[in-house]
Amino acid sequence: MLENVARFVATLEGFAPLLLQGVWVTLKLALLSLLLGLIFGLLGAGAKLSRVRAWRVSAQVYTTLIRGVPDLVLMLLIFYGVQTAVSRLTAVMGWAYLEIDPLTAGVLTLGFIYGAYFTETFRGALLAVPRGQAQAAKALGMKPSQSFIYITFAQMMRFALPGLGNNWMVLLKATALVSIIGLADLVKVAQVAGKSSQQLLSFLLLAGLIYLLLSSASNAVLRWLERRYGGAKQEAQR
Amino acid sequence: MIELILEYWRPFLYSDGQQITGLAMTLWLTSASLCLGLLVALPLSIARVSTRSWVRWPVQGFTYLFRGTPLYVQLLVCYTGIYSLAAVREQPLLDAFFRDALNCTLLAFALNTGAYTTEILAGAIRSMPRGEVEAARALGFDGWKLYTYLIMPSALRRSLPYYSNEVIFMLHSTTLAFTATVPDVLKVARDANAATFLTFESFGIAAAMYLCITFALVGLFHLAEKRWLRFLDPSR
Amino acid sequence: MKKLVLMLSVLASVVVSNWVSANNYEVIRFGADPNYAPFAYKDNTGTLVGFEIDIGNAICAHLKVRCQWVESDFDGLVPSLRAGKIDAILASVTVTEARRKIIDFTSEVFSSPSAMVFKAGTDLGDAKGKSVGYLQGSTQEAYAKRVLAIQGMKVVAYADQEQVYADLVAGRLNASLQDAQQAQSGFLRSPQGAGFELGKVIESELMPSMSAIGIAKGNQALKTLLDQGLAALHADGTYARLQEQYFPGVDMFSGN
Repeated sequence: MLENVARFVATLEGFAPLLLQGVWVTLKLALLSLLLGLIFGLLGAGAKLSRVRAWRVSAQVYTTLIRGVPDLVLMLLIFYGVQTAVSRLTAVMGWAYLEIDPLTAGVLTLGFIYGAYFTETFRGALLAVPRGQAQAAKALGMKPSQSFIYITFAQMMRFALPGLGNNWMVLLKATALVSIIGLADLVKVAQVAGKSSQQLLSFLLLAGLIYLLLSSASNAVLRWLERRYGGAKQEAQR
Repeated sequence: MIELILEYWRPFLYSDGQQITGLAMTLWLTSASLCLGLLVALPLSIARVSTRSWVRWPVQGFTYLFRGTPLYVQLLVCYTGIYSLAAVREQPLLDAFFRDALNCTLLAFALNTGAYTTEILAGAIRSMPRGEVEAARALGFDGWKLYTYLIMPSALRRSLPYYSNEVIFMLHSTTLAFTATVPDVLKVARDANAATFLTFESFGIAAAMYLCITFALVGLFHLAEKRWLRFLDPSR
Repeated sequence: MKKLVLMLSVLASVVVSNWVSANNYEVIRFGADPNYAPFAYKDNTGTLVGFEIDIGNAICAHLKVRCQWVESDFDGLVPSLRAGKIDAILASVTVTEARRKIIDFTSEVFSSPSAMVFKAGTDLGDAKGKSVGYLQGSTQEAYAKRVLAIQGMKVVAYADQEQVYADLVAGRLNASLQDAQQAQSGFLRSPQGAGFELGKVIESELMPSMSAIGIAKGNQALKTLLDQGLAALHADGTYARLQEQYFPGVDMFSGN
């Protein structure tokens, strides 16, 4: 058993640069998808709470479809579908071909999927902000955009934090799925390293350990954020 | 599209002539994993809220491990990783167990959902009103009886909304089964795609099937909540 | 709000900065499945290498274009080609009638028949109940499903060839069905292939031997370019050199 561990540590040095690259790809993918998802989420929440029926219906279709279909199926559909659509668009418009590399495709896919989950979170959070706040802002003469940014949005983030945190944890683990559509993330790199060195289990356990560390780090950051900004949740959690 | 459906409706639904595939396999994976996970989670959740730290910590470690790592990694470890160990292959019982792809998949899924369900139930147990527990104690309920008649039924009810999320999550996670050669709906869709190259149609059918099952499950849980969580309904 | 616009424009510029003019082929994007040693695989440093990789690079050098390699699971290659993610597939894709309906092929790259691999001494005469593994989306899959399954064998599909071998070695499979040369060079000669043997070559119209580069239907321009490249490889001896390097003593080109 101990010689196995020693042997593993020895091969690890050889594969360290590759593994670090995989971790970096995973992090990039997760963070960029988070960004895109937040954008989609805000837009979706706005659409869901809009007075225009068409926006409400489209947003409802968006969230229902995405949350009702498994991530992997969506990834496969979007991965091939988006590229086909873009190719057709560029062909029709006469532009030069627009390349979408695997990382971009992964970010677009995950961002789009988790945008639906963030929509629900933001919607709940927006509704939790007392209406009186927005009304007071109006009474004080603030423009609608100012009222949104400084009053509603700022307070909404407090309520949204727990939901966003949970979704981030799920997103972090969902990045493991993109190895199935070919992106060289941590899981794929661990598999490649493990297969060529005949120590597959050790490398998989190492990948799991790295994910565990990332989850713990995220948890710590989220707890800090909640302590700093999450006044509402703390009151309810006595 | 029509030819696709005509040729693949049977594998998509229940069988490809050799083994159970498609919808039947997906439903089997989902329900078996959830049942096993629930069985595991019932005692573990009680341990999780125990005041004795030597009881609590192993369970906490278990849930920390399985909730902090991706299910895909867990599946890979169970399917390819464990079986690559000579020690496992030499032991006849272990060898027979891990040789079958379905066993490995169910093991990984059950452990994963067991960890999440443990946390859900533990949270529900903790959220039980103290007054009820004190009243039960005053009436002479203690230990085993207290849990069986009071705490667990209440915890199970309170966890329904969160558990419904977990059930949907498990359904969606079964799409990973094809990486361990278990033929579920997604695998049949990939087969159809490989044979006919109709990517959108093949995966679209799979997506539609998952959507229907999800709706059915959400509807079922709605009914369940209406029945069993009536006592918590604020509008009454 | 400003930050939002900034982030959106950063995202847009990342996408736009990858513009490639594919019309006059300054770059040829080849799709490959890196789990098929020695045709295409990854070495210790994670670099893509192999017989077909070298052929592709040599063609690009001759045509004076840049080669870009895109990795994918085998059964994702044709959808990728049709979606426009890649220009050509160089991944031991056998030429079959079913595939010809969807994509076009260049002239031959190599020819190699299929055969089974199993533990030395296994008697596969009694096929019932024995399990055989294969690569999903390959011609071996068609054969396995239409012939072997009818004979009573349990047929199991895998996302990549390496997993087939892993399960064969582990004992989950009794046999695996794949390209004979790939089995010989990519598995039987490696340490994990010890104790396994290659069965008889299987002749079947479901599993033709000739393999070529797959291109999008109607892409005559690329077909001409690639055919030129392939012919040049034979003319200047590069093909013979690579063949000797990866498959010493074996003739991989049937000349059809």
